[in-house]
Amino acid sequence: MSSQVESAMTSSPKMRNALVLAEFADVKALLSAAEKVRDAGYKKFDCYSPFPVHGLDAAMGEKQSPLGWIVGIMALLGGGGALLLQWWTSAVDYPLIISGKPLFSFEAFVPIIFELTVLLSAFGAVFGMFALNKMPRLYHPIFNSDRFRAATDGGFFVGIEAEDAKFEVGQVKQFLTVVGATHVEVVEEEMD
Amino acid sequence: MSTAAAKKETIPLDAPLVLGNPSFSDLSETIGGITEKKAPVQWFLLVGFFASLALLFAGSVGYLFWEGVGIWGLNVPVAWGWAIVNFVWWVGIGHAGTLISAILFLFRQRWRTAINRFAEAMTIFAVICALLFPMIHVGRVWVVYWTLPFPNQMMMWPNFRSPLLWDVFAVSTYFTVSLLFWYVGMIPDLATLRDRATTKVRKVMLGIFSLGWRGSNKQWKHYERAYLILAALATPLVLSVHSVVSFDFAVSQLPGWHTTIFPPYFVAGAIFSGFAMVMTLAIVARKIYKLENIITINHLDVMNKIMLATSLMVGYAYSCEFFVAWYSGNEFEQFAFINRATGPYAWAYWIMITCNVFIPQFLWSQRIRRSIPFMFVITIFINIGMWFERFVIVVSSLANDFLPSSWAYYTPSMWDVMTYIGTFGVFFTLFLLFLRFLPMVAISEVKGVLPAANPHYRGPVSSGGQS
Repeated sequence: MSSQVESAMTSSPKMRNALVLAEFADVKALLSAAEKVRDAGYKKFDCYSPFPVHGLDAAMGEKQSPLGWIVGIMALLGGGGALLLQWWTSAVDYPLIISGKPLFSFEAFVPIIFELTVLLSAFGAVFGMFALNKMPRLYHPIFNSDRFRAATDGGFFVGIEAEDAKFEVGQVKQFLTVVGATHVEVVEEEMD
Repeated sequence: MSTAAAKKETIPLDAPLVLGNPSFSDLSETIGGITEKKAPVQWFLLVGFFASLALLFAGSVGYLFWEGVGIWGLNVPVAWGWAIVNFVWWVGIGHAGTLISAILFLFRQRWRTAINRFAEAMTIFAVICALLFPMIHVGRVWVVYWTLPFPNQMMMWPNFRSPLLWDVFAVSTYFTVSLLFWYVGMIPDLATLRDRATTKVRKVMLGIFSLGWRGSNKQWKHYERAYLILAALATPLVLSVHSVVSFDFAVSQLPGWHTTIFPPYFVAGAIFSGFAMVMTLAIVARKIYKLENIITINHLDVMNKIMLATSLMVGYAYSCEFFVAWYSGNEFEQFAFINRATGPYAWAYWIMITCNVFIPQFLWSQRIRRSIPFMFVITIFINIGMWFERFVIVVSSLANDFLPSSWAYYTPSMWDVMTYIGTFGVFFTLFLLFLRFLPMVAISEVKGVLPAANPHYRGPVSSGGQS
């Protein structure tokens, strides 16, 4: 946190730098900028686009999402839970002979095992994704930038965060201009 | 250049998915703007009309709860009348959405982006209508929660060996997963609307429902993975749901129901009717909201082809049933099918065959596949035909059962009819609210299939873009 430079603003809440936000013209510029930011050794940075950009994960040096593991565990819980539930209720707690069939008739339990596997996996996929993305998070300093509204419209941005070890406002601004940004701004947030 | 492509008779493989060469922002404006501007007059008229039909539903169901299922035209042996026909019909319609979202996604059919949101919404509302029917059909609706496995003072558990219970799990899982899929797909678009919002109410509401989406690549990474996994889960799910619905019939021992072809036959029929309903709605909505450049004639053409293919599948299933009845040598089975085609419900059978097998054959002609009025009429016929398919299956097998002394002609009561019409009110009211307040096309996904979204794009940047 070497970068808590006080802003020159005269208004009462004390502001500090949150990130430097640079806008890029198109997908191609965003991709090449992401590669250069990555190669320059910045760690806490992110790219913003109105749709997922193919190849950006590699350009940013992002690892694969671990979501599959969460879903896999949920799938096992769903399928295993459904099997146990049906076995225990039908064969142990409330044994009821129907059409002379065995109490633990595995075949008849398959549809619900399948459905509950899918249901819990879907919960895992959605809520796991929310957790990994730290959603819902309604406030983020990046929303203090007016230009950033374009990130969900047609704009492409790179943001280097003040928490990055290498962060130094002037340097970062200059660096982003050099890698092809059409507009660079410092986004501030209120100090706690 | 893109208008020229639209006029071409054949669709080239690299035909633009979105016509008119819009920029990214143009798409936000075209689709997002619909929810911001004042609704067209037709919208208010339609909502008024369908909301009154929904009241009709509320009234019929209120009387049903008061009086009991005796108000319907049900009697033994026809204990499953219109309620189950309507249930299967609505849940079948509800198959197109997830098919388009999930299966076409896995097959990388990029044209799906124009219609998937729309079809998913339709799915959810159709499944709501479907779920209403078994619930009100149980008679004592206030104890419908007994179908769920929970510890209770009666020390009883539901019977997990019953296909009816499988159905509870299948349809409610399908509803939940479709809802999640729909909502997850909508988060980036809600964020787009949030960032366009000008009023306080819109900012707050859209801010809450977009969950603070920033469109950052670290978010997109997990998001895309979640979407892929959901698609992979929903694909077997969508095939399983109508299979399980068909088990309600196939696991019984009634002639005409007890056949192994039912699961694939029901799934094909579900996709068939679901696409027909998506088309019916899309044709109207693209006209009213001027989305012809996004839901292009090429999209409709492709969907017509899918309808033709599924029509052939159900046609094959209809004939296969007859063959198996003959080949089985089982006279009860043979009677059930001959009775369907020539017995007291033959009129329903031939409506079904005409609407589902004969009329869709027009779609072999490319001119008809690209003619809006023609395809609209065909989709209406398919919607009707698929209702009659379920009517034929449910009623003809039940009415003429093993004991001829109990045979009687089944007629619905006016409450059956009003309840069914009422669900149209529920369905279309919900759908119109969706069109009004939510982005009806997946904005971020359509942006992703624009040529400029490709990093190797070297063409001109379109006017009005963020260049």
